[in-house]
Amino acid sequence: MKWTLLVIVAVLALVTSVILGPAAVPLGELLHSDIVWNLRVPRALLAFLVGGSLGVAGASLQALVRNPLADPFLLGLSGGAGLGAVVAIALHLSGPWALPLAAFAGALAALGLVYRLGLIGGTGGALDPRILLLGGVAIGAFAAAITTAIVSLADAAELRNAFLWLWGGLSGASWDSVLLVVLYIPIPLAVLLAASRPLDLLALGEESAGYLGADVEAVKRRVYLAASLLTAAAVAVSGVIGFVGLVVPHLARLTWGHRHRVLLPAAFLGGGALLAFADTLARTAVAPRELPVGVVTALIGVPVFALLLRRWTIA
Amino acid sequence: MRGVHYRYPRADRNALQDVSLIVEPGQFYAVLGPNGSGKTTLVRIVLGGLRPQIGSAMIGDRPADQWSRQDLARLVGVVPQREDNLFPQRVRETVLLGRYPHLSLWGRERAEDHAAVDRALRACDVEHLADRWLWTLSGGEYQRVRVARALAQEPKLLVLDEPGMSLDLKHEMGLFELVRGLVETNGLGVLMITHDLNLAARFADSLLLLESGRAVAAGAPADVLTQQAVETVFSWPVTMQTIDGRPQMIPLRQPKESRA
Repeated sequence: MKWTLLVIVAVLALVTSVILGPAAVPLGELLHSDIVWNLRVPRALLAFLVGGSLGVAGASLQALVRNPLADPFLLGLSGGAGLGAVVAIALHLSGPWALPLAAFAGALAALGLVYRLGLIGGTGGALDPRILLLGGVAIGAFAAAITTAIVSLADAAELRNAFLWLWGGLSGASWDSVLLVVLYIPIPLAVLLAASRPLDLLALGEESAGYLGADVEAVKRRVYLAASLLTAAAVAVSGVIGFVGLVVPHLARLTWGHRHRVLLPAAFLGGGALLAFADTLARTAVAPRELPVGVVTALIGVPVFALLLRRWTIA
Repeated sequence: MRGVHYRYPRADRNALQDVSLIVEPGQFYAVLGPNGSGKTTLVRIVLGGLRPQIGSAMIGDRPADQWSRQDLARLVGVVPQREDNLFPQRVRETVLLGRYPHLSLWGRERAEDHAAVDRALRACDVEHLADRWLWTLSGGEYQRVRVARALAQEPKLLVLDEPGMSLDLKHEMGLFELVRGLVETNGLGVLMITHDLNLAARFADSLLLLESGRAVAAGAPADVLTQQAVETVFSWPVTMQTIDGRPQMIPLRQPKESRA
């Protein structure tokens, strides 16, 4: 029942996202329209895949760092990706892939630095999730500072581009980018799904997880790398989209409980549906202009989150 | 484990000095000693978390630190001193986690896994709590649930670290009776770290008394818990009595001026 409902919501979000748009396409011509096939369908699919990836990455990272407030972007990736993108904009790198590649490179650099910090914090080559969290916040702040420095020296048009990118957007969606994401995400997704039982155990603490048979160090590394690579790809094709990775896992936990074998697929569908829906709003709310989709997810996400907090404090 | 010496990196003395112990199936073994006497180090070595510099720690026929985590968890169940739950959980869910070492990577829980969970719940007398949230349990109920989770692993050896801490009389006695029962009916080997000399003497088959990493005495309770040994190790005057053939220690008051 819960699953049926979720699948219906997901399909509905995709369908609405294809039907609605700034250009009026009559329903009868939907299947023959270039706008639909070359713009809306790939964009809806990309939104869904990115949202799903953020949902799964968020759910896994919350279990890994043992902090329910963890968000895929809290671990410094958004800062790194933003810096990469802004550098690409400031250098006037051209070509459709310049910006995504620069953002991806920036995210990977941040990932590497944070991971390295996490290893320093732990003893004997162990990865310390608390240091990951602190290191992520620090690296993110550092990258944001450099980003702001570059942006403050840029001219107005560049500034606007950079600013919009930092709030996320899917206007660059194409069949190429969809294909790329479809080829890329199955591996990290499979790694995370395979780690779902050890993630259940990690909720008891690393010591107990080890006694129950989990190879804790291997699991922590695998989950951190897979979730981060997933987030890096998402940020490369769509910019920084906040709150999906924070709110969706919590909604899924409330409904499906804390077993990751069930939670992760639910977070994928939920995140996909939310982002497809948010992107439809972003495209149509102020048409013909477009809102950054990160603005929409925050506008939806924050009230939902406030409600969740209330429910928590009552329970 | 035999003749184990262990020194932590950068420490100036051995945390364990020539300590030996053997836990057989169907035997209840308790390790006693003041804070900092090496009890926790001993557990870590027994479980393969630390490798002794001299001597050996074996589980079955293999050195303890060469077992994979999963294989070890099928053989040894552990109830650690502390743990916290990040997310709310129900009793049955947490006991089901004990089946993890028996599951394949992608497989779901099988009927036999649920049967093992039911047996564990029944053995620990917490069946009626199966659908309760963990945070609604009393301290004693919670400890029994944690023992049930370790039992769901279907281990040959059960290791408990200070399980009676902060429990009231009824629950602490209940826990010791439960563990004793498991030793007798299931032929489980038990290694327990505890502060409670009297309960250890009442329930355990063998005791090991540690002081500063050395084994002061080991063997049957009556041989280990002598007035002299207890007074030396814990630096407090006591008198001994015998109940059920087991030594029981009663601490004495000490005049103010002679206190250390």
